[in-house]
Amino acid sequence: MKREIPLLLTAIVGFTFLIQFFIPHPFLRFLADMFSDWFSIIAAAAIWLGALNLIRVSLEKINKKESDWFYAIVTIASFLLIVIIGFFFSGGRSFQDPGTRFDWIYLNIYTPLMATMFAMLAFFVASASYRAFRARNAQATVLLLAAFLVMLGRTPFGDWLSSIVFLPKGWGISNISNIIMNYFNVAGQRAIMIGIALGTVSTSLRIILGIERTYLGGD
Amino acid sequence: MQKLFRILLSIDRRIIFLVIFLALTVPIFLRMKIDIDVTREVQIFYDAIEALPSGSRVLVSCDYDPGSEPELQPMAETAFKHFIRKKIRFAIIGLWPQGPTQASRALVMINEAKGRYIIENNDTLTVGRDIVVVGQDTIRYGKDFINLGFQSGNELVIQRLGSSITAVFPNDFRGVATSSYPIMSGLNRLADFDFIFNLSAGYPGTVEWVQFAVDRFHVPCGAGNTAVQAPQVYPYLDAGQLTGLMGGMKGGAEYEKLTGYTAKATMSMVSQTAAHIFVVLFIVIGNLAYFMTRGKKENH
Repeated sequence: MKREIPLLLTAIVGFTFLIQFFIPHPFLRFLADMFSDWFSIIAAAAIWLGALNLIRVSLEKINKKESDWFYAIVTIASFLLIVIIGFFFSGGRSFQDPGTRFDWIYLNIYTPLMATMFAMLAFFVASASYRAFRARNAQATVLLLAAFLVMLGRTPFGDWLSSIVFLPKGWGISNISNIIMNYFNVAGQRAIMIGIALGTVSTSLRIILGIERTYLGGD
Repeated sequence: MQKLFRILLSIDRRIIFLVIFLALTVPIFLRMKIDIDVTREVQIFYDAIEALPSGSRVLVSCDYDPGSEPELQPMAETAFKHFIRKKIRFAIIGLWPQGPTQASRALVMINEAKGRYIIENNDTLTVGRDIVVVGQDTIRYGKDFINLGFQSGNELVIQRLGSSITAVFPNDFRGVATSSYPIMSGLNRLADFDFIFNLSAGYPGTVEWVQFAVDRFHVPCGAGNTAVQAPQVYPYLDAGQLTGLMGGMKGGAEYEKLTGYTAKATMSMVSQTAAHIFVVLFIVIGNLAYFMTRGKKENH
């Protein structure tokens, strides 16, 4: 029963969503809405579960004095700080409003930290491109040329360069960049999308029909 | 010459970092500007908003966090200004927890009213929160716009919005009953919106809005994406499933040019252009040095 009930639930929910897409009967819609609400509740609970798990893992790290255990203290302290300030010192339910203490932390600590982390990518990308982006073979050369044209075509410099080297109208770098994005890129993306869609359909059917059971864990 | 190429190959990465740093910061401090051309996908988005009659209702889904702020926040700010000018009412939601806060911050940024509070009919209204002033236009929270906050559930939130908005968002992001606001009158389900504007930095985002809202409930959707994500949604644009697309900072700058609200994205275009040029130059130099020194090694 430990495995049968989850399998049965999966089959019922899966078939309900599948059928109601093609037959929008009010009862099927009602069931689909109810299952969607269940999912939202489970997803919200998963956020808490994730937060508690973060605390547990960090505490274990401190307890065992694992490498970089000091950062685990920072993690727990930051977590508790934002939770306490958010819950008790930021105007209750309107804690996200501009001007609250929670908002101050979001604006002055969280935002700069996130922005810094992503901004560093620009430097690493530049360094990595210099060291690793080589035209070693025909495929790499095509990739390199496409990257050049798209990178330059996505900036006003591309248009300026096109006018300097007297490229004919409609054949400027930005036009070539658009051709790459709208035709070659779209063709490739469509192939990937169709592949993913077919894979999703087959995997979903295997899960709904109980053939694929690895998500239940165990053997 | 060989020696020079070898030196170039073993160049300290901190020099590359310094060059990129200067390329990004100098144009910002010098307030340099560059003229840009508007691409078809941004023009489609702008035209779609322009075609909406006054009083239309737009759902704005902010599915991003501060990591994508430099690219997406200018789009949010320009779009809100555009909506306000066009007298379009809008409801903000987020499939990412940080999205609704980002939208609030955008509204605070575009607000031009002085002071922190306004007293109106014995009500104390917080400027930037309850009331937003842009040029000659003033919008009021609950009447002209609303922030419904974040809801967990990813694409199933979109699916559920298809049958009921209040079931997914019984309260706004301050905890007040959603149905108590005048803007919600006649807004029962997703199809009641005239347009969806999605700002997306990944999953869940534009792909999910197209698959669930556009294809299922036939609500037109325009999007603003990070430059990394934009190529993934191009097929939807060509198929007509996406009504306009702003890709990265350049997309935001083009939108600013069309609306006439020159702001952050336009100001950052020179920096981005300079960084792109230097990255291209680095790749050229790197390849040149690599092939020159490799040929020499093989001869030996």
